[in-house]
Amino acid sequence: MSERRLPPVTQMGMASLALIVTAGIYLSAHLPRHVSLGPAIALLGASTVLLAANLISLALVRDFAWDRFFAVARWALLGYVIVAGMIEYAFLRDHLRGGALVVLTLSLIVFAVHVPVLIGFTVARYAEPGDALGDAAAG
Amino acid sequence: MGVALRRASRYLPGMATVSAPAVAVGHGPPATIERPDFQIVPRAGLPLVAVVLGLLIAGIAVNELWPLEFLHVVGGAAWTVIDLFLGFVLGPIIGRLSIPARIEFTTRLMPKMVLLMPTVVTVTLAAGWQLGNKLGTVQSSYYLHGWVVASYIVVGVMAVIALGLLEPANIAVLVELKKPRPNPQVIERLMKRFIYTAGATGLMQVATLVIMTKLAAG
Repeated sequence: MSERRLPPVTQMGMASLALIVTAGIYLSAHLPRHVSLGPAIALLGASTVLLAANLISLALVRDFAWDRFFAVARWALLGYVIVAGMIEYAFLRDHLRGGALVVLTLSLIVFAVHVPVLIGFTVARYAEPGDALGDAAAG
Repeated sequence: MGVALRRASRYLPGMATVSAPAVAVGHGPPATIERPDFQIVPRAGLPLVAVVLGLLIAGIAVNELWPLEFLHVVGGAAWTVIDLFLGFVLGPIIGRLSIPARIEFTTRLMPKMVLLMPTVVTVTLAAGWQLGNKLGTVQSSYYLHGWVVASYIVVGVMAVIALGLLEPANIAVLVELKKPRPNPQVIERLMKRFIYTAGATGLMQVATLVIMTKLAAG
């Protein structure tokens, strides 16, 4: 099996997810006390930078199976937006407000975008550019 | 590999024939693999997922002890058992199956996992968080707060492994199997990744069991 050289999308994606999970644990562990948002914002910022770097490095890959990537990632995005929506609903139901809500909502957005990117990448890296999508796209 | 693939050339009802390169042989015509026809996301399961998520929304909205406890315990038990069973019982068995048997097993198991695991995890975590809010166990003043934070860390590590490695491998192996000429090496590699990460999360589930029984016992 010949391996193409690809950017470390999975590793960076997992690091990005680990950063927002750490931010979430930091905020959750201090409830209901007031806690400085600084560390959580820094973690979220670093996670967002990794997401952006991942998207840019992926966009620069030549001869990538973009059809396959988008065919899979868009459905994964739908699924993970629903999951993120459920978690956001639980936050709102518990009257979470202010900076903590903003940080956690932005973290959910990073999560809902990055996981489909990882799924799409893992699928597309084993596909040839212009691969017929066939049943794979339809599920 | 080539022999194993040819040995599987019997036809079974509902099975599709695809060709794959005979990787161990290296040269020669592609061997055929029979695999059951399947949907990557089983559409028949979507209404069930919708019902379960509807129950979760209702449980959180009602905010009563019993529905939240039910959703959290049932979801958590399913998550733990599936991870442990997959990682420590099914994983080693799958590893010893012939390639055709492994492919057939994969096409029957993995589509179900695509719907099952995200649903079970979402229900367990969302109901668990709401339950913790209701009981006050997520408050930092709770006397076993350290154990609760430990559970966040364990779940966080499991989530990163599952979202970054396990779920993408699950989808990718199914997409590969859908191809007219699936690559057995790709399937092998992705299945290895799936089984190893399932084993790792299975190990972490043991930690979850320790923490949750401690929290329940007080």
